[in-house]
Amino acid sequence: MFLTDDDKRMRDGAEGDAVAAAMDLLIRYGHALDAQRLCSVRNVAGTMTQPSPVKARLVAEGGWDKAFAVINLDSDLDLAIPPMRVPTCQLQHGFGQDSVGIVPYPRASVDLQLEAEAFYGRHGVAILATCTPYQVGNLPVRGEHCAWMESSAVIYANSVLGARTNCEGVASTGAASLTGRIPCWGNHRQESRRGTHLISVSGVSVESFQDWGMLGYFAGGVAGEDRPVITGSISRPDLTELKHFGAAAATSGGVELYHVPGITPEAPSVQAAFGPGGRVPSPVAYGPAERAAVYQTLNEIGSSADVDFVLLGCPHASLDQIRQAAALLEGKRLSAGTELWIMAPRALKVMADRSGSTAIIERAGGRVLADSCPAMSRAAPAGTRVFATDSAKQAHYLPAILGIEAWFGTLEECVRAAITGRWSGGLR
Amino acid sequence: MRSVILHGRAVVPGCVEGEALVSREPISGWGGIDPARGLITERRHELYGACFTGKILVFPSAKGSSGWAGFFQATRLSGTAPCGMIIGRISAKSALGAVVTRVPAITDLDADPCTVIATGDWLLLDNSTVEVTRR
Repeated sequence: MFLTDDDKRMRDGAEGDAVAAAMDLLIRYGHALDAQRLCSVRNVAGTMTQPSPVKARLVAEGGWDKAFAVINLDSDLDLAIPPMRVPTCQLQHGFGQDSVGIVPYPRASVDLQLEAEAFYGRHGVAILATCTPYQVGNLPVRGEHCAWMESSAVIYANSVLGARTNCEGVASTGAASLTGRIPCWGNHRQESRRGTHLISVSGVSVESFQDWGMLGYFAGGVAGEDRPVITGSISRPDLTELKHFGAAAATSGGVELYHVPGITPEAPSVQAAFGPGGRVPSPVAYGPAERAAVYQTLNEIGSSADVDFVLLGCPHASLDQIRQAAALLEGKRLSAGTELWIMAPRALKVMADRSGSTAIIERAGGRVLADSCPAMSRAAPAGTRVFATDSAKQAHYLPAILGIEAWFGTLEECVRAAITGRWSGGLR
Repeated sequence: MRSVILHGRAVVPGCVEGEALVSREPISGWGGIDPARGLITERRHELYGACFTGKILVFPSAKGSSGWAGFFQATRLSGTAPCGMIIGRISAKSALGAVVTRVPAITDLDADPCTVIATGDWLLLDNSTVEVTRR
């Protein structure tokens, strides 16, 4: 792998031991990928503050410098961690102090995370604490090389914004934050961004939040780790619909980049999505039968219609989604045995508070919670057996993570279930 | 006992021998394994409940969350790691995962490892080659 003079200086310790360890990890990682070189990044989204048993043990042994060295740099050395070299943000993590008394979550983890926020904040990490950094001011521009984690954020950055990032991990984002470098491989290279599968929507019309999520779940199943191109009878999607589509495609498959010709920036046309002169494959149909099959898959874990938990905001809710939920809950009261949580970025919760949405939701008995989600923190209301959600991603993951049943439906169906305590959704 | 030799590309250089644990399905890290016990925990997975500790894990690709490598790093820190990896199709997740697990790993083999190798076969990984001995 080719290294620049600057890469070699960092590797050889000119910027200190921690930066040298970071460069050592990037070189090992670059060789593992068979990358030709590294590229420069100045936008890193990773995770440092999320509590875990291993992290708690390392902090007890050697403080936060030790935890970062081992987990975020894969180094056994005793290192003093310098400030982040390039702009770096913390993605979603555990629950915070405002969840105490609401979420059954260990107090020790809340306290550990508070310490972590103080340490990493001092080192220049922006504590965005959301899986949707693009909703709270981190918007890379088209063509910008980034080092991001979080599969739903990676697919949004690549596809909707036209930025360039692989689905990085804890150690590679840690190393990138101290060096401003990442292997130039995969999604960083133009020739690896062309479409591989064509999906044609016909016989159904994809125009709602739910339908975009189901189409995403289907696209992930078709494309696996490759790059689907979506055409046919689809509406012009908004941010929330593409957020749902991408999260679902990254869940059922490993999609990191898709194109919607005429809508996403790198695909002005179907031909452009497959590259100039590229072969356009014959389309895979998404029609009524495929739509019904996806709906069936996402609802196959549910049998009891008694819903005791409704979860909204995966990926973290937009301000508009919070407002819509508030409108449906205005003047209503949740069923006595049912809880409703809306997960949101803290910055947007502040705006929901100011706009009055949070008060309406809380008067009905619901909650707007920040920073985390039940899947990240393995936490749901005590005694939850059956939950309902409008998120294809949570409907997929939460039954396995928490051992509970799932219903997947529209926002309206989920709010109705929270009010009546009963699931009455169905595919329309 | 007969042996076959497969040729590929070293992901993490090194030499190790051990028993194969073969998955025909992609492996999840976050939400798919328990690092404390070295087990596959994804309920619908063909290897649900299987222990990979001390085995050479043979799998077609990594799927799911970007927490993949972090979870496999945790197997190393918990003493439950596999002793080697044979990866069908490399990705950022599995490449970084092999690096931070710090075990010899290989990809781009001249035959599909998930078809040629069976669980229980004895494997010798030596940088860019794998010697497979049937059990």
